[in-house]
Amino acid sequence: MTVDNTIPTPTGSATPSGSAASAGGGAGGPMSTSSTATRVLGTISLVGIAALVLFGLVLSPPDAKLGETVRILYMHVPTVSTAYLAFVITAVASVMYLWKRTEFWDLLAASSAEIGVLFFALTILNGMLWGKITWGVFWRWEPRLTTTAVLMLTYIGYLAVRQIPNDTRTRGTVSAVIGIMAIINIPITHKAVDWWRGLHQERTIFGTVNPEMRGLQLFSAYLGLTVFMVLFAWLLIHRFRVAWLTERAADVGVDAAIAERRAERPSGAVTTPAEGGAS
Amino acid sequence: MHEALLVMKKDLRLEWRSKVGIGQVLPFSLLVVLLFAFALDPERGVLERVTSGLFWVVVLFSSVLTIERAFSVEANDGIFDALRLSGMAPAAIYAGKVAALTLQLLVVEAVLATAVAVFYDTTWRGPVLSIGVAVIATLGIAGAGAVYGAIAAKLRSGSTLLPLLLLPLLAPVLICATRGFEVALGREAGPGWPWAALLGIFSAVYLTLGALLFRPLLEDA
Amino acid sequence: MEHAVHLRDAVTLLGRFPALAGVDLDVARGEVVLLRGPNGAGKTTLLRLCAGLAPVSSGTAEVLGVDLVARRAGVRRRVGLLGHATFLYEDLSVVENVDFWARASGADVADGRRALDRLQVATRLHHLSVHSLSAGQRRRVSFAAMLARRPELWLLDEPHAGLDANGRDIVDDLVREAASVGATVLFASHELDRAGDVADRTVEVVGGTVVAHDDGGRSPDEVAARA
Repeated sequence: MTVDNTIPTPTGSATPSGSAASAGGGAGGPMSTSSTATRVLGTISLVGIAALVLFGLVLSPPDAKLGETVRILYMHVPTVSTAYLAFVITAVASVMYLWKRTEFWDLLAASSAEIGVLFFALTILNGMLWGKITWGVFWRWEPRLTTTAVLMLTYIGYLAVRQIPNDTRTRGTVSAVIGIMAIINIPITHKAVDWWRGLHQERTIFGTVNPEMRGLQLFSAYLGLTVFMVLFAWLLIHRFRVAWLTERAADVGVDAAIAERRAERPSGAVTTPAEGGAS
Repeated sequence: MHEALLVMKKDLRLEWRSKVGIGQVLPFSLLVVLLFAFALDPERGVLERVTSGLFWVVVLFSSVLTIERAFSVEANDGIFDALRLSGMAPAAIYAGKVAALTLQLLVVEAVLATAVAVFYDTTWRGPVLSIGVAVIATLGIAGAGAVYGAIAAKLRSGSTLLPLLLLPLLAPVLICATRGFEVALGREAGPGWPWAALLGIFSAVYLTLGALLFRPLLEDA
Repeated sequence: MEHAVHLRDAVTLLGRFPALAGVDLDVARGEVVLLRGPNGAGKTTLLRLCAGLAPVSSGTAEVLGVDLVARRAGVRRRVGLLGHATFLYEDLSVVENVDFWARASGADVADGRRALDRLQVATRLHHLSVHSLSAGQRRRVSFAAMLARRPELWLLDEPHAGLDANGRDIVDDLVREAASVGATVLFASHELDRAGDVADRTVEVVGGTVVAHDDGGRSPDEVAARA
């Protein structure tokens, strides 16, 4: 699952040369982001999702209290947990970027955040579905949904910053700062929202995996978690590689640009190293 | 640190000279107070019920304006460069800006509280809790806001970005400060100090983070 | 530390643009060097690099003994930069600006006031806001703010621009004075006649590199004798 991080020496050609830029397990050239690792992960994900559908929707029994709607937990809990994992990765990568200043950490942070926002969106969507079925309305100010909505907006801000054209260093530093500021806010926001909604006796409907679950229900829940983690890893690798290749493509011109820049001098001038004068 | 004091006094002097806070932000906040009175029926006691929340929402909007102004002065005329060249510690510059922002925001809040007392017929009770909550919350707003203000000043289209970045982060401040005020006003039962404590954690965390993160922010322009 | 500035194949990438594409330059302490070259050649970036503001993407760069590749922030307090931007707060007065920047750099308020006098900024202007000054007057104030820091290395980006004849004379005098007390001066200018008189030598910057060098007509002995 490691990505080959060496930067191909720009040879001035328009496309990155094949040998240096291959990513990971030695499969296809630099024009694709897939490799043995991602093919394995992808297959597991798809098989896993099929299995989850089978167990979650068909094989496992409905809950004594929640009825059929418990099934949404098999997706809802994994998506929100994976999103949190994604943002923790973003935060750690942000710290590492500020320390080491290598592009790897910057791209990892950004890719992870993107997928995290995606999973947050999924969480809210299936939360709304659950709400429509259970409460009859798409939205209630239930602690988990509310917190997720606020946090999602926070990270959309992060993504917005990445879109602004800027040089890589500025963008990297600013994003890293935001990534760190945002993660610390997660527990504080949770506490604040929980207390706030707690005043109105709104229990959180979506808890973590309910310990009363047994047998196939428990199995489906953990299956869900596993499947979504694998899915996350798969998406992350692809997204990271896309970002990395984008940077490489932009890089290719640098040596050529340096040569062009030096050629700006009027022809006939002499290039002498700094020796003259009174030094 | 005398450098922080230097920066703080410079900021306050700038504010005094340009009067953006007094001349623009304050009238804006009073305007919003009025607008909400138009939008929500003042007769049926609705305003009374929403006073604390409205107060803090208006404070948050005013903060965005104030923070934006505080950093846009630094974005012109190469001043970021000059600050780097001065050799002042980034944490000191941060501390000075946060101090100036806090004072400016507290002034806005004081005037706003008076306006709300007048327009929404509110009697401010529980002064210790109210003032405590207000001060701690304002420190948190200034602490986090200074970081995002610096970011917004450096980026293109930064000024529209600032509210998007800052306001979701301040959501817990809004919640806690509002609840704290409700308890102080006697409209809600239960201890108010837990809210102040959570606010305290927020502020402490972000003041520390801000001081640490300001250095890389100041460097990369 | 024989050299004030020592650059070897220094490259500065601004974003992906190579503003400096491999600069070789040595400047001895106490030297006055004129940078000339066409617009966009990289003179400003070179000055900023020496100030510790522009990053060194590759190559060697040492200014006043500080390795800029490793820790460019370390040189900043010891240099003075007169750039195109004024470095002044528009809404504050002349003295408020100079006082602030002097104290921010660790100098005294008195140093700032003396500098204003040296630049012949009239006392009646002292309490006016910067925004009500003319461009030339602002330049003088910016210069005064720089002077107050007593920098070891002066980096002047077109110091004569915007100044009247009297102002230009003052700048030349200040540069000579600085060199005579051992400060090093690097300045970029298009005013070749005037600049040629003050400079010990000229260096041509083109295409992000340093190309030709001229002697200003001074021999190494003359420079050494003056230091």
